[in-house]
Amino acid sequence: MENILNLNVNGTNYELPIIPGETLADLLRYRLNLTGTKIGCNEAECGACTVVIDSEPVLSCIYPAERAQGKNIVTIEGLAKQDNKGIHLHPLQEAFVTHGAVQCGFCIPGQIMTSYALLEQNQTPTSQEIRYALKDTLCRCAGYPSIESAIQAAADSLRTGQPVAPVELSIAENKNRVIGQIQVRPDAVEKVTGKAIFTDDLKFKDMLFAAAKRAGVPHAILRHLDIGRAKDLPGVISILTAQDIPGDVYHGLVIPDWPSMVGVGERIRYVGDTVAIVAAETQEIAREALYLIEAEYDELPVVSDPVQAHKPNAPVLHKNGNLLKHIKVRKGDVEEGFNIADVILEHTFYTSMTDHAFIEPECSIAVPRLDGRMEIYVGSQIPYADREQVARALGWPDERVRVIGQLMGGGFGGKEDIMGQIHCALLANATGRPVKLLFDRHESLLVHPKRHATRIRVKLGARRDGHLTAVETELYGDTGAYASLGEKVMTRATTHSAGPYEVPNVWADCYAMYTNNPPAGAFRGFGVLQSAFAVESMMDMLAEKLKMDPVELRRLNALQVGSITNTGQVLRESVGLTECMDKVRDEMIRRAGPNPFLPNLTVEDGLRNGKLVRAWGFAAAYKNTGLGGGAPDKSGAEVELYPDGSLEVRTSAAELGQGLVTVLQMVVAEEMNVNAQNVRVLIMDTDLTPDGGPTTASRQTYVTGNAARLAARSLKQAITSTLAEKYDLAPGHVKFIEGLAQVGEKTIPLGSVVADMQASGQAARALVEYWAPETKPLGQAGDMHFAFSFAAQAAEVEVNTQTGEVRVLQVISANDVGRAINPLGLQGQVEGGLMMGLGHALTENFIVEEGIVVTDRLARYRIPSITHTPQITSFIVEHPTQEGPYGAKGVGEIVSIPTVPSITNAIYNAVGVRVDRLPVDQEVLLWEIKNKNG
Amino acid sequence: MKLWQEYLRPNSISEAVQALTSSPGQACVIAGGTDLLLDIQQGRHSNVHTLVDITSIPELNQLEVRRDLLYIGATVSLNRIASSPLAIEHAQALAEASRLIGGPQVRNVATLGGNVAHALPAADGTIAMMSLDTQVLVASQENIREVPLQKMFLGAGKTALSTGKELIAGFCIPLRKKNQASAFKRIMRSQGIALPIINLSAWLQREGDRIVDLRIAAGPAGATPRRIASVEDLLRGNTIKDGLISDAVCELLDQIQFRTSPQRATAEYRHHLVKLLLVDTLLEAWDRAG
Repeated sequence: MENILNLNVNGTNYELPIIPGETLADLLRYRLNLTGTKIGCNEAECGACTVVIDSEPVLSCIYPAERAQGKNIVTIEGLAKQDNKGIHLHPLQEAFVTHGAVQCGFCIPGQIMTSYALLEQNQTPTSQEIRYALKDTLCRCAGYPSIESAIQAAADSLRTGQPVAPVELSIAENKNRVIGQIQVRPDAVEKVTGKAIFTDDLKFKDMLFAAAKRAGVPHAILRHLDIGRAKDLPGVISILTAQDIPGDVYHGLVIPDWPSMVGVGERIRYVGDTVAIVAAETQEIAREALYLIEAEYDELPVVSDPVQAHKPNAPVLHKNGNLLKHIKVRKGDVEEGFNIADVILEHTFYTSMTDHAFIEPECSIAVPRLDGRMEIYVGSQIPYADREQVARALGWPDERVRVIGQLMGGGFGGKEDIMGQIHCALLANATGRPVKLLFDRHESLLVHPKRHATRIRVKLGARRDGHLTAVETELYGDTGAYASLGEKVMTRATTHSAGPYEVPNVWADCYAMYTNNPPAGAFRGFGVLQSAFAVESMMDMLAEKLKMDPVELRRLNALQVGSITNTGQVLRESVGLTECMDKVRDEMIRRAGPNPFLPNLTVEDGLRNGKLVRAWGFAAAYKNTGLGGGAPDKSGAEVELYPDGSLEVRTSAAELGQGLVTVLQMVVAEEMNVNAQNVRVLIMDTDLTPDGGPTTASRQTYVTGNAARLAARSLKQAITSTLAEKYDLAPGHVKFIEGLAQVGEKTIPLGSVVADMQASGQAARALVEYWAPETKPLGQAGDMHFAFSFAAQAAEVEVNTQTGEVRVLQVISANDVGRAINPLGLQGQVEGGLMMGLGHALTENFIVEEGIVVTDRLARYRIPSITHTPQITSFIVEHPTQEGPYGAKGVGEIVSIPTVPSITNAIYNAVGVRVDRLPVDQEVLLWEIKNKNG
Repeated sequence: MKLWQEYLRPNSISEAVQALTSSPGQACVIAGGTDLLLDIQQGRHSNVHTLVDITSIPELNQLEVRRDLLYIGATVSLNRIASSPLAIEHAQALAEASRLIGGPQVRNVATLGGNVAHALPAADGTIAMMSLDTQVLVASQENIREVPLQKMFLGAGKTALSTGKELIAGFCIPLRKKNQASAFKRIMRSQGIALPIINLSAWLQREGDRIVDLRIAAGPAGATPRRIASVEDLLRGNTIKDGLISDAVCELLDQIQFRTSPQRATAEYRHHLVKLLLVDTLLEAWDRAG
């Protein structure tokens, strides 16, 4: 029997001892340290682990290492060529960088390797061939159109020998030297070469591996827990239970109601609750130990939906009851509003839970240091909140914990809460050794907070001429077992529930309810995606009732400068809603003719009687930028000049793929008048970078962008006064030109100022804590938010009237982002946000039955792939907001909000069926089509 | 828990069978492993001691014409079948099904042998082969026996293979003659747990406007993959026209009792779709045979 494995990886021969049970992915990652090959699902679904073996792309996560005997393997690390002139990227890598196909970067090795295998065989791939080849290589940032254009550009380059063609992208109308220009991500090259390090790629000496014992029952009292047998398993170093937590047992971003572990005699509130944690010499042993932990439960009746949770006889889950928050919006007199209405419509809508399905599962590593401090390596959207919560669990002051944020393979709101950070810190503290806790996909799906499932009733009143007179909404939000950000999410759902319209009379009630489902928290769109689906469906229903054009109806009521929102906020500036609507409508009519909302029969087959019917649908949306509601919204940034003339900007704002690092780089480059390449960005280290606040609510471009801008200005001022003093000139004579300082007639390298400043006892850096404009809590009139983004979208769908299947063919999107800082990054956000919306409309459904998660594998939770991708046209609308950096406001969330109703409205226009439950169910749709046609 | 303790890569069928029978613990054949490894990992398969990887056995990796048969070795990858001119010529339904199973990376390793060994009632590759009059070559220490495909399935997940003693070596499909053709179609559900909800494969021989002979298989139509013989009988020898097809649809609906699977499809929906699939697939094969 062979006991040596011979294989060739990227041109190098290896002879390795055989390890039974090893997959090729593990061999590459852990033994050869080729961590560019990523594991996203470990169940042959996501494609991130794709490598090329003997010219064919395969999934290394289910490829036995021993089968690779004698084979040639190419991984992402093997594509670029290195010589004495430096790194030469493969055309695919170069195209992925320049076309903006890289966002979080976690799926990119898989995307590139799959494409590489395709181009090895076919240098003139059609769009269809690309989509066929990449069908199961998932990207949750979903820059599928950019990925496709990158592959085409690389194919052209490989075929012709010409350089990779640049991206075709209409740049912003307003541009400065740097702002508004196309800028590639500073981390893009690392991400396309496999050199980018994510948390699971890190190794520490003597590191242990952790695993958490989950309850697996949705509602129970933990009666008995025995860790004896598990402790005896060789290789197990430590097992901790609730009683071993030295500090606070409970954590939580807003309300500390979430136990890190549930103790004996205490209540289990969802299947993902933890009863014990294990640290062992290997991951295998840690997971095996979980089977040996004996937990017994007294099971209790399950609260499975928010309406049930609100009933008086429902089991009570928390000491203050099941109602997390009753949220109210009151404006004018709705009764009077309905009295004067000519038309009143009322309908109830339902949205399902959805999962972020970031391709990188959660991973945290805790490293105890000799000085008694604890380091946490984690991809987190809120590093400072992690620090505080970990410190509280350990019973330590915050400063004893250092969070060192890592690249994140997608977040979308799903990496705001504590997942493994506390558990690995507790185990590292107990063992004195570094501890890694990596979730597998199954655990990720079970444990982390989801998008709130909702039930939303909307009642609209309007005049015959289309003017809205009153809107009344009632929302139920399923916030699951713990509060997370549930209160905030459902508040946003409620305040936005009358749509982006000026309505004189509004009454909204929302009940955010605890249940025994997985917790619900932040997720791109933050509640507004749900309420926009409801109200935008209603607007189309109203348009039909009034026999009005749906775009006209929306224009008539659209928020504009001078409007007063539901919460009593006067919009003084930056309301580009009507322009968004006009841009989208004009383009839609240009393509579809004057009646885009009428059904268009495309195929009729006599025998099969199959009909494909197409139509367009329209929707609009708005979404706040920033925390708002009276929450202090601030961010710190520090900018430092180095003797070599380079600059560094530092902040603990988070990069989750959305492109903040590029924005910060560009802002500092603009202010200092240097090339963006001269600016480094250091983020997410609580020792080295000032608190940037949470990366949520589309706030970072605005808040941290401003902090960086002001820090750069402050540094510039300090440099100016140093130079003015040194050369005895008025500050007005000091100018900054392309990395040089011009002082009167003299030109000196910027870096040389560092020594001058040090000589005068000054550091060449400036730290600014930026406070966004103050906001008012809900219920007090005034500015609840300091800015809003606006959007309109039109989607063309094709419905198969014999099967109920729906396809989205094209989408036109316009987003008022205030100011486009980086059109390339913006394009990625638009594509990805839209695809996420499309997924929520048509494919994604996180199914929980009586507290038990049905969609507990990626194979059961279907996110859109490249084959679902419609033709996407994006218009940038720029209505600057005065206080935003260069006028910019948020973009991350607004892009995905109008997608769902534009699709469901299009379905109605095609086949006359009103979808009031997400996702669209093809079977239900079919029966309704049949019913309608008798 | 290790996925396996011992991994063997025999170079011949007899070595493989020997390896299966002499394993100290449970031994399992692995070809692509795309289902098997996940089943082990996710606890749906009992612990395995020995995996016998049959992908290095040259005989099992052939796809060629042998006299009047198309021979497809058990370990030929689905992508190879999907793009093989021989398969497209002689077993078009199978080539079409192979193109639809899994994703491209999975198809580079997944095999028909695995598809059949899993004995799922509606595996695309199996359903396609059911309509193609496929014989399975089953190898044991003693000999290689031929088993008609439909006789391979004893129940959901259960095959006629003698576990630990036999393995699937390959498949034989009669070569296509003039005026014969096949087609395969399926309908997916893209919401929620996103799985194919129904598939159907048809093979037929025509003579002018008459169906001389045909075979139809659909899944899921019971615990095991099956042919719909009475529909075949009804159509066989007849001229294709609207009335006949509606009769065939009625017969088909009589024959198949669909189940409602939660989150996939109700019986009624499958009932509705299978009508479309029958007509569509039949006519596709009909046109191709012309």
